[in-house]
Amino acid sequence: MNDSFIQINGISKHFGNVKAVDDVSFQIKEGEFFSLLGPSGCGKTTLLRLLAGFEYPTSGNLLLDGSDITALPPDKRPTNMVFQNYAIFPHINVEKNVQFGLRKLGLTNDEITKRVKDVLSLVKLEGYEERYSSQLSGGQRQRVALARALVRQPKVLLLDEPLGALDKKLRDEMQLELRTLQKEIGITFVFVTHDQQEAISMSDRVAVMSEGKIQQMSSPNELYKNPQNIFVSDFIGETNFLKAKTNSKDGEYINVNIEDLGSFKIKNNLNISENASDVICSVRPETMMIDREKSDWDICLEGKIKQTSYLGEMTKFYVETKEIEKIITVSSQYFDNQSFQDGKCFISINLNDISLLNKK
Amino acid sequence: MEQKNNTLLIYTLLYFAFLYIPVLFLPIFSFNDANYMSFPLSGFTTEHYEEMWAKTNLHKALWASIKVGVVASVVSTTIALFAAKAFARYKFRGQNISYGAIMIPFLIPEIILAVAILVIWLSLGFKLGLVPVTLGHILFCTPFAMLILIARIEGFDFSLEEASRDLGENAWGTFYRVSLPLYLPGIIASLLLSFIISFDEFVLAFFLTGSDATLPMYMWAQMRFIQKLPHVLALGAVIIVFTTFIVLLAFWLRNLGQGKEKAEFGIKIHE
Repeated sequence: MNDSFIQINGISKHFGNVKAVDDVSFQIKEGEFFSLLGPSGCGKTTLLRLLAGFEYPTSGNLLLDGSDITALPPDKRPTNMVFQNYAIFPHINVEKNVQFGLRKLGLTNDEITKRVKDVLSLVKLEGYEERYSSQLSGGQRQRVALARALVRQPKVLLLDEPLGALDKKLRDEMQLELRTLQKEIGITFVFVTHDQQEAISMSDRVAVMSEGKIQQMSSPNELYKNPQNIFVSDFIGETNFLKAKTNSKDGEYINVNIEDLGSFKIKNNLNISENASDVICSVRPETMMIDREKSDWDICLEGKIKQTSYLGEMTKFYVETKEIEKIITVSSQYFDNQSFQDGKCFISINLNDISLLNKK
Repeated sequence: MEQKNNTLLIYTLLYFAFLYIPVLFLPIFSFNDANYMSFPLSGFTTEHYEEMWAKTNLHKALWASIKVGVVASVVSTTIALFAAKAFARYKFRGQNISYGAIMIPFLIPEIILAVAILVIWLSLGFKLGLVPVTLGHILFCTPFAMLILIARIEGFDFSLEEASRDLGENAWGTFYRVSLPLYLPGIIASLLLSFIISFDEFVLAFFLTGSDATLPMYMWAQMRFIQKLPHVLALGAVIIVFTTFIVLLAFWLRNLGQGKEKAEFGIKIHE
């Protein structure tokens, strides 16, 4: 597999004074499910449109499979896109929509018929050939958009928040299906989304973007467990932030003075320097334990439950402690909102579960 | 509440009466067996229509009007289509000014437009005739065509055009396979209304036709002789029916595929 199948070299895109994409460089592997994740306005869609050819970069260049595509118009690129609103042509039926992109490929009629039939069976839309866009549900439109793009056998499929318009149940189904489909056909997917859960559940790698720059690019596991900065830690999942100061280093570890809690030795994954006054400790709600009794964990605090939210598979507790000024969020699959009558509880933290981050 | 509804109903009826009763007299008297427009009606006849159709000058004027109308509507709709696309699709510097510039002929008194064209045309040493009339009509019809087409193109999902580019079509292929079929009801509505505006237009024609009369010019010339009144009435009646039909057709087309059924219509101009 080609590790630098798509090369994005120093790409910037400015709209007037706005730097939508700001000097971004990275590579996407062949056959990879790659996600661009970020809040709206972070530049992820602009980056996708640059790959599709709907925008041209202010500076930098794009290479796809070894050839420079920076200046190619969209119709000359071996990429195809699934649009956010699907953009199904309303004046022609499903079959004609799927055939639309085959006209210029120089195929025989038999080949066209076969390809359309195969791709419609791939996306499970057999029997819908004669339907028009208005006669389809959201999920079916999404499949037509997918079929219409895949039938051209592109080197890269670009997906612009394709699941955004679907209801939750259907979205979960389509996530699994898209993932399976991508593994089956082996085409490189570049997937844009603002939904962190969607990105980390589907992707081989995720690039988290903010303000036109890549904040972190790694596997979903890494992203969740070892966020590189506060933005990523905050954007991916939910977390508690505690202010801290660093003291002396000790190999892989560093002594940290966590505000209100005292001094602890924790892992220094980001190699943060000694005597940094502006660091943050991040603790995920599900890594903490909530219980009725005291535990022997590294840190154990007595607290009072101020609020709960019951989510079925787990319950979130918002806990006030004497030591920490902020309300701490803890989640548990074992206890629920009925478990603590008087609101009195103990929350426990393992030092291994604290990630130390630079405050930027 | 009942009272209020009745008042509104009476107002509406009066409004339509004022609007259409004078027009209805034309068809009524065109079938009346008399040379004068007066009651009581003296009997039913189609003689005025036969008489009208027998005039060879009428055929000439009708043909002139059709030629002018077809050219004027095609050219003004084409110009308006490009302009409407630009206004609806892009935001550019000077957008409001250029929009205003295209709309101004719509607001300038027609007689001023006519005199201006007449003066320039003659000072350039050209002869009067159907050519300057057609040019004047193009100028006059373009704002109408633009209003119709902008209404159609505004709110158009331009990602459809991007999808077409993405699927391998170049700009012309995209226009032909995606934009044109979707704009088509608007384009046809614009063609029909521009044609009708040109077909009924009098002031520009009056100044610029020279000896080649258009249909309104022909009618005006006939009106000067009282004995020719009945067959002008017959001609007027025919024009009213024709115009009404075209305008209704244009409005129906303009609204076709908009709103609820937007995505459902399909005009297949290619297979």
